[in-house]
Amino acid sequence: MADPASLAGRAGSLADDAGRLAQDLQAMAHQLSFQAATATTGPVGGPSLVYELTIFVLAVFVGYHVVWRVTPALHSPLMSVTNAISSVIIVGGLIAAGPAGFGFSKFIGFVAVTLAAVNIFGGFIVTQRMLQMFQRKK
Amino acid sequence: MSENIAAFFYLVASVFFILALRGLSSPQTARAGNLYGILGMVIAVATTLLTPHVVSYWLIVAGILIGGAIGTYIALQIQMTALPQLVAAFHSLVGLAAVCVAASAFTAPQEFGIGVPGAIERASLVEMSIGMAIGAITFTGSIVAFTKLQGLVSGRPLMFPGQHWLNAGLGALLVLLIAIFVASGAGAVFWLLLVLSLALGFLLIMPIGGADMPVVISMLNSYSGWAASGIGFTLSNSLLIITGALVGSSGAILSYIMCKGMNRSIVNVVLGGFGTEGGTVVGRAGAADRSVRSGSAEDAAFILKNAGSVIIVPGYGMAVAQAQHALREMADLLKKDGVQVRYAIHPVAGRMPGHMNVLLAEANVPYDEVFELDEINRDFASTDVAFVIGANDVTNPAAKTDPDSPIYGMPILDVERAKTVLFVKRSMASGYAGVENELFYRDNTMMLFGDAKKMCEEIVKAME
Repeated sequence: MADPASLAGRAGSLADDAGRLAQDLQAMAHQLSFQAATATTGPVGGPSLVYELTIFVLAVFVGYHVVWRVTPALHSPLMSVTNAISSVIIVGGLIAAGPAGFGFSKFIGFVAVTLAAVNIFGGFIVTQRMLQMFQRKK
Repeated sequence: MSENIAAFFYLVASVFFILALRGLSSPQTARAGNLYGILGMVIAVATTLLTPHVVSYWLIVAGILIGGAIGTYIALQIQMTALPQLVAAFHSLVGLAAVCVAASAFTAPQEFGIGVPGAIERASLVEMSIGMAIGAITFTGSIVAFTKLQGLVSGRPLMFPGQHWLNAGLGALLVLLIAIFVASGAGAVFWLLLVLSLALGFLLIMPIGGADMPVVISMLNSYSGWAASGIGFTLSNSLLIITGALVGSSGAILSYIMCKGMNRSIVNVVLGGFGTEGGTVVGRAGAADRSVRSGSAEDAAFILKNAGSVIIVPGYGMAVAQAQHALREMADLLKKDGVQVRYAIHPVAGRMPGHMNVLLAEANVPYDEVFELDEINRDFASTDVAFVIGANDVTNPAAKTDPDSPIYGMPILDVERAKTVLFVKRSMASGYAGVENELFYRDNTMMLFGDAKKMCEEIVKAME
């Protein structure tokens, strides 16, 4: 007969296993429901890579044409404003920091949100400061 | 909010971002453009917060408050001369944020709908590792650029033997690791990839010298965009893909313009090792027999007052000396006397694209007095005085005449065609490229030795 201590230990590890299983199940359920949600609205399994590539390539062309029209005098504000809008990566941080509970991924999500927020506020404000200085001849 | 409605609002945000860049085509529309950008960002954040992914808000609110406060404080405090290092620092944050999001997506893929830990979709692994690698390179690369611009380390290019081979090897290893990571999905490979990318970003920017920084900053600007795009692919988020592509192509175009302004290829800049950070005093051999005409502030004031037209050529030295306000005062006095005053900006003047324009704007110089190289270069021949302040290499006629010169072929401002050239400079030291400027020895050149700001103030005093 095993002693009570080892029994308790095994019970504990069993409980841990069960907990982990439950977590996995929850994750899978989450994934399934997410896929179900997208399946009802869009193509199966979300947008395909080719579809995303299409968006990407077209956006590169839009960027190319818009940026060539930027007057050279405003290249510094262009830089700071692109810096601010590239912080739209905050979207990824929000998703990472959004779930209930707390864990490593949520913590680095928080870090991402904070860093991107520095950039968003800093970038737009410094751009505004610069643009305010550009005036016509009186 | 359903995925479809969210996608619609992301599209709206993307359009606002495009309008933000579009606004910068002229100073009149630029401020409205910036507001579009802010609006786009608000829509993007609000939409994400309303999707079913986000259920807990306290940490997010804390992050935005902390980050927002820091960002606002920095942006309001920063001096316009310190703009290049500020932008470099901001780029590093985007890079680090991309790394964080990629790491989060790797450790908790279920939250992003790309699989479960240990079984992430293959395509997502590719996108995630590329986004993370570019983000990490942007992060450390921008930190190096920042320390160089801030003067924390020497702007001199840092070279060691075998450097390019090491970088090429690390680059190849990076590609190999990405392949292994995609095949195995192993956590250890992911973290190794992160460390390697961080090291590569550091090594890539180190050998690039101070005055090549306009290219470096534009390049890192571009990288931060591509990183955002990579993360967008990982999360299947069209907003991130579009915005990243916009920023990426913007940075790439700026890099191209800067390279053209120096007549150098991007490869040449990236390989680095160019320039001496303007410290070396010219070898006296051969220069000893040539005489230099130097003048005082009073002489300069006299020449300027009697001129009909003046073109001012500012360079990085003006930024260092914070001379833009004194310079504008001088120009105001001249204009009051009926002298036509204009400014000529070389594409690579300063340490970031458009740096000089911002400094002049800060000193209340109207933007319609400021001209680009192509617009004004013909007019030097019909101008009485070219007033060069803090610029050097961009006026060196050797770029046109001496095929052996390292700056041969670089487009320069033809200041030597003006009747008189006034050259404000601290000493006879050569410019960044380490090339002697023969303009100093021309008959129509008068050197004004001294600090740029002090010289302008003394000229103002002499004119009054």
